[in-house]
Amino acid sequence: MKKTILSKVKKLTSLLLIGLMLTSVFTGCTTTKADSSNKKTVYRTLKEIKKSGKINIGVFSDKSPFGYVDKNGKYAGYDVYFANRIAKDLGVDANFVSVEAANRIEYLQTGKVDIILANFTVTKERAEEVDFALPYMNVALGVVSPSNKVIKKLDQIGAKDEVIVISGTTAETYLTKNYPKIKLQKYDAYAEAKTAFENKNGVAWANDNTEVIAFAKENKGYTVGISSLGDNDTIAPAVTKGNKTLLKWLNDETKALGKESFFHKNYEKTLVDTYGADYEEILVVEGGKVK
Amino acid sequence: MQSLGIDVLLKGSNFSRLLQGLYVALEISFVSVTISILLGLIVGVLMTLKNPILCFILKIYLEVVRIIPQMVLLFVVYFGTTRVFGMDLLAETSAIIVFVFWGVAEMGDLVRGAIKSIPTIQFESAYALGMNKFQVYVYIILPQTLRRLIPLSINLITRMIKTTSLVVMVGIVEVLKVAQQIIEANRTTSPNAAFGVFGVVFIMYFLICWPISRLSIYLEKRWA
Repeated sequence: MKKTILSKVKKLTSLLLIGLMLTSVFTGCTTTKADSSNKKTVYRTLKEIKKSGKINIGVFSDKSPFGYVDKNGKYAGYDVYFANRIAKDLGVDANFVSVEAANRIEYLQTGKVDIILANFTVTKERAEEVDFALPYMNVALGVVSPSNKVIKKLDQIGAKDEVIVISGTTAETYLTKNYPKIKLQKYDAYAEAKTAFENKNGVAWANDNTEVIAFAKENKGYTVGISSLGDNDTIAPAVTKGNKTLLKWLNDETKALGKESFFHKNYEKTLVDTYGADYEEILVVEGGKVK
Repeated sequence: MQSLGIDVLLKGSNFSRLLQGLYVALEISFVSVTISILLGLIVGVLMTLKNPILCFILKIYLEVVRIIPQMVLLFVVYFGTTRVFGMDLLAETSAIIVFVFWGVAEMGDLVRGAIKSIPTIQFESAYALGMNKFQVYVYIILPQTLRRLIPLSINLITRMIKTTSLVVMVGIVEVLKVAQQIIEANRTTSPNAAFGVFGVVFIMYFLICWPISRLSIYLEKRWA
């Protein structure tokens, strides 16, 4: 009897101890975080970057044609082309860091990179965590349909027609919210949606416009009838929250590059093979000005 | 044959990049496995000692490692140390810290199990012969423990090698990431490259892990 009570007491105390330790760890984290943000900055100012002779830029390394590594092991793509120009105009070397979609914000908040140039779509939620500079690209929704029956307006879609979407994408939420009358055919993966569309299960396929444009270019017999639909989002470089000097420099740089239509040249060098020349005006944002 | 997509590996320096990535993965796993085994032996012995405070601390340590996914540990060590202490650890260093932290706990538990499996009579006989605690462990218990440990630790080692694919989350470009880069860069020209490239990566992992498992079988037979 005594023994069991003793072991119960032991168990209880150990549980309490674990709880105490965990809470102390968590509270410890939050308090030190608050302190450090007041004391010193995690980011490097423009001066510090110039002085070090190196700028750390986070890019994708496997998202062709925006940020990828070519066959010789060199970074390339639309984002990288811009990044190289930034480094050149700052007079420093570019050090590329391969980032993932999931850790882009973390990299900026810890100052492990100075700029993120990884196809970063500007959203309200993200703008609370990082500072976005002026945009350099547009993203919107697009609708692709067979060339013999192109859908140029959403009201062309009849009551019995179905539109293919991928579950969880912006296309699905946008159509459900704004066009509840259109019947949607939902697929979980890109490959399934593609096969269904090619088998004519739906009259059209709605997705990010970059995706549908690339699809129409790769597969003959399809036309993008609607190339820009819904809320127009932009893609912009991001810096650590509060890094004013670098943000200002980036904004000035983007404006200055607009005068030599740098981003159009960039498009013609890096994106034209994937999207074709027709969509240049829709996708490119020049000089930070969204039309 | 072109549909297999192995040809993309012959373009430019693609294949040597893949090997470079494999080297990165192996370097991290080799360093962490070595440290884990050495420290794991010590921790395992400590776990069998009947010191309640030590036991309690080690038990919590083991549970913490078991509960927290390696991915979270990587984020905590790489980004967390910068946020909280302002330290700027190299990505490789933080990867090794995480793998050692994990490996030592698991290895220690394996060692504890192996020691526990040795009959008490062995300890008693050794003490009866006048050996002290240190001598008992070094001459009698550990040699027998090692033999029982081999199959278990090989399992851990190969798991650690395979888990290195997580380090991509802290920006280290290892073999699997290089494979993805190659596949993506050739997305339009050879859409089926994924099959061939991942196939080659699979063979690479196999060529690394298979000899290790053969070695363990050899050692088991030899020492049995």
